[in-house]
Amino acid sequence: MTLAHLPVVTDPELSCVEASDLCLSFGATPALRGASVTVVTGEILAVMGPSGSGKSTLLHCLAGILRPNSGEVRFRGRRIDALGEEERSTLRRDHFGFVFQFGQLVPELTAEENVALPLLLSGTRRTQALGAARELLAQVGLDGLGRRRSGELSGGQAQRVALARGLVGRPEVLFADEPTGSLDSLNSEHVLELLVAATHQFGTTVVMVTHDPRVAAYADREIVVRDGKATSLTPGGGST
Amino acid sequence: MSVPLALLGLLEREPSYGYDLKRDYDAYFGRGKPLQFGQVYATLARLTRDGKVTPGEIEPGGGPDRKLYAITDGGKHEFETWLSQPIDPAPNLQTDLFVKVVFALMLGRSAEGYLDTQRAAHLQRMRELTVLKRKGDLVDALLADHGLFHLEADLRWIDMTAARLPALAETVRS
Repeated sequence: MTLAHLPVVTDPELSCVEASDLCLSFGATPALRGASVTVVTGEILAVMGPSGSGKSTLLHCLAGILRPNSGEVRFRGRRIDALGEEERSTLRRDHFGFVFQFGQLVPELTAEENVALPLLLSGTRRTQALGAARELLAQVGLDGLGRRRSGELSGGQAQRVALARGLVGRPEVLFADEPTGSLDSLNSEHVLELLVAATHQFGTTVVMVTHDPRVAAYADREIVVRDGKATSLTPGGGST
Repeated sequence: MSVPLALLGLLEREPSYGYDLKRDYDAYFGRGKPLQFGQVYATLARLTRDGKVTPGEIEPGGGPDRKLYAITDGGKHEFETWLSQPIDPAPNLQTDLFVKVVFALMLGRSAEGYLDTQRAAHLQRMRELTVLKRKGDLVDALLADHGLFHLEADLRWIDMTAARLPALAETVRS
């Protein structure tokens, strides 16, 4: 089943991703205890909170990586939490992009092959995918480094490759988990500048987990996750 | 920032007119609070009286007070002394934040709610400074960074205090 065939249960104009009353436990340990959040289309939302509060688990539920034990997740108004693994995988591939703390590049591949990977997996021809990858690498300031493998890149360069990979498929939502957590202040700022510029250019919605308020300051608003529940600090913010 | 010391520093670079001193002060140190001309000339008059600067002759056709000011050896000594001394680290052990948290706990109000409100205000200010940093020049960026690091320190304190509220509540209510 593709996403287009899923029933619409809410007004998609109001939200891009919406989660209500999510609960999820790992064994006997509850990670989410009724978390609700609305991500507005086009915004950059920072998800903050102390270590172990459930913020990464919430991100993984919003992105369709994890399925909650109870509660609902909707993307553009369509429920995605009830989809099977294969359908959620297709959803992630076709609509979402991801950036993680340590880049998680495939070490055997070159930088441009890493960036092209999401396109190659969705069936784009190799020449076309690599062309798009090179274009995006130039945009993040890595023109000419496309043939290097991840081991030959600095931490800041590798993270910019990861950002390019997250954006190459022009995703509707970019999920970023501590996207600058492994970088020093200047490299962190450089990556955030690129993230903000690129997502504004492409109209991408961003959900970004961070413990760092200087990173959160690049977002339009923030929520705090505590004890598995989400709280909006911004008056009128779309979470409970 | 002491205006007399700032003017001495600018004059140590090169002899200058009052107009130039105001322009350079505003460019580097006057963000949001530019120096008034009256304050420039009043300060220069005091520095002249105290032997820290010397005014040149009034130049013809140059307005009411077009004098080229130069720093004296006494002025250089004072500026050098100031520049070489560290600033008091100012531990701020009794901040308003702390006082509000203690009173909230003591009087049975929501200290956590107050900390959340404060956290939101700090993050909003950090967003504003981040915009200034991204869109301004290097001086703006460095000044914004200074504010951002201080706000970040406050936020760390807020997080730490939020985690210790139950223990602090016991202390203030005992």
